[in-house]
Amino acid sequence: MKFIIAIIKPFKLDEVREALGAIGVAGMTVSEVKGFGRQKGQTEVYRGAEYSTNMLPKVKLEIAASDEVAQQVVETIQQTANTEAIGDGKIFVLDLASATRIRTGESGETAL
Amino acid sequence: MTRTIRIFAAATLAFAASQPAFAAAPAVPNPGNNAWMMTATLLVLLMILPGLALFYGGLTRQKNMLSTMTQIGATASLAMIIWVIWGYSLAFGDTSYEGTLGLFISGGSYFLAGTDMTSTAATFTEEVISKYVFISFQMTFAAITAALILGATAERMKFSAVMAFVPIWLTIVYFPIAHMVWAGGGLLFEDGALDFAGGTVVHINAGVSGLVLAYLLGKRRGWPAEPMPPHSLTLTMVGTGLLWVGWFGFNAGSALEADGSAGLAMINTFVATAAGALAWMVIERAAGHKGSALGFCSGVIAGLVAVTPAAGNSGPFGAILLGIVSSGVCYVFVASVKAKLGYDDALDAFGIHGVGGIVGAIGTAVVYQPFLGGPGDGSTPLGEQLWIQIFSVLVTIAWAGLGTIIAGFIVKATIGLRVSEENEVDGLDITEHGERAYN
Repeated sequence: MKFIIAIIKPFKLDEVREALGAIGVAGMTVSEVKGFGRQKGQTEVYRGAEYSTNMLPKVKLEIAASDEVAQQVVETIQQTANTEAIGDGKIFVLDLASATRIRTGESGETAL
Repeated sequence: MTRTIRIFAAATLAFAASQPAFAAAPAVPNPGNNAWMMTATLLVLLMILPGLALFYGGLTRQKNMLSTMTQIGATASLAMIIWVIWGYSLAFGDTSYEGTLGLFISGGSYFLAGTDMTSTAATFTEEVISKYVFISFQMTFAAITAALILGATAERMKFSAVMAFVPIWLTIVYFPIAHMVWAGGGLLFEDGALDFAGGTVVHINAGVSGLVLAYLLGKRRGWPAEPMPPHSLTLTMVGTGLLWVGWFGFNAGSALEADGSAGLAMINTFVATAAGALAWMVIERAAGHKGSALGFCSGVIAGLVAVTPAAGNSGPFGAILLGIVSSGVCYVFVASVKAKLGYDDALDAFGIHGVGGIVGAIGTAVVYQPFLGGPGDGSTPLGEQLWIQIFSVLVTIAWAGLGTIIAGFIVKATIGLRVSEENEVDGLDITEHGERAYN
């Protein structure tokens, strides 16, 4: 099993969610986060004085997927969230040791 | 229908009429009236900043708070500058045109030419007020009307598009309508339309223009599937309170003197609003919901809007009736008609100002009648007055609708109306102004 963390632009969230739904992803966790990469944040100006905030608002998706589906998930996010502009985000894939559904106690891929 | 209509006939006419053939001293402003009108003018400014800015700002999502408030402030400022350059002239200028043109605009007085400290403007009696005060008072009406439209277009219109739209809209829509309704020689004024403080000129005008512009812009991304609750009803409530207080300048100021007519407008502005506020909450209960803060605020505005054309043209109980009816009709438009027809009037500029204005303008014909305690002398029968009011509403709707389509298309074709999808999701505060409301 893989644990996929994707950082994307907020306005792409709906599109990515629909695309992932179409390939059978059953659930995900979404958080509003802030961070920076090569885009290096933004500048705000108050009364002529510049403030560098460094952090940009992004959306973080966390998805647990079976090994077979994981690659497809990554590709789908990469294609859907792509605007070919700086700051489109990144996708990280981690090995997932276990998963347990709290209500039933099922574990492994059946819990996903 | 003599003095209860706002008569802004050229000051010179009243001036001449008040003078006997032999040389008498020219009428000078009565300091009491002048002081009240200066106060009333400032009260209308209070309605714009901070009143409307907080009212609308609180209703938006957090990421668009500053954008909404900044658009209102900048629009009002732009309207003030345009007003003294050519706006006052087109609406109330000293040169009356003969024939058809004179029904729609006046001229002369560009850059306030010919006006100085001693200039006076006519009121409804032989009194006069300082012309600079009259010009300032009317200036605030132009400013708030333009700003009201922005409620329909909130959260998606480019700041540059707002700044381009407003001068065109004021020129081809607001100034002619103000002239038609309030200036001697104006089409609806001569027709006998009753609009004490701007039911047609301000509210129907802004509401219909907002609706048309909302259609040109398109819906906000995600609306109506995604919930977009107001981010701060606290601030909306503060804005509502400031609007109510400021509205006394609007309504009681429109008597142009500190007299009994102003007093009537004052009490009507109290009771119609109170009735509107309570009625909205009762309707919420009847519809199976809780009486809400936003319902209270909405009812306040619905009542205020409806009593605007009737402020000096109704008795207090007629005003209460108007407030209740207005709340009911506005509720239906905001709660169900908007969803059914699918227009994204974001902050209900049309649903409350447009619709409430129509209820008020038509209702004024009824509450004006003496048998309902109105100040009318009964010389114009109810049916006849009703048709005059309906005609004025139809003319305003058509003029505002057509003018907004023209102004909107000019902006759309040149610089575009709407922000990019990415900017819309990120919020207009950061993407259009580079600042955040809450740090």
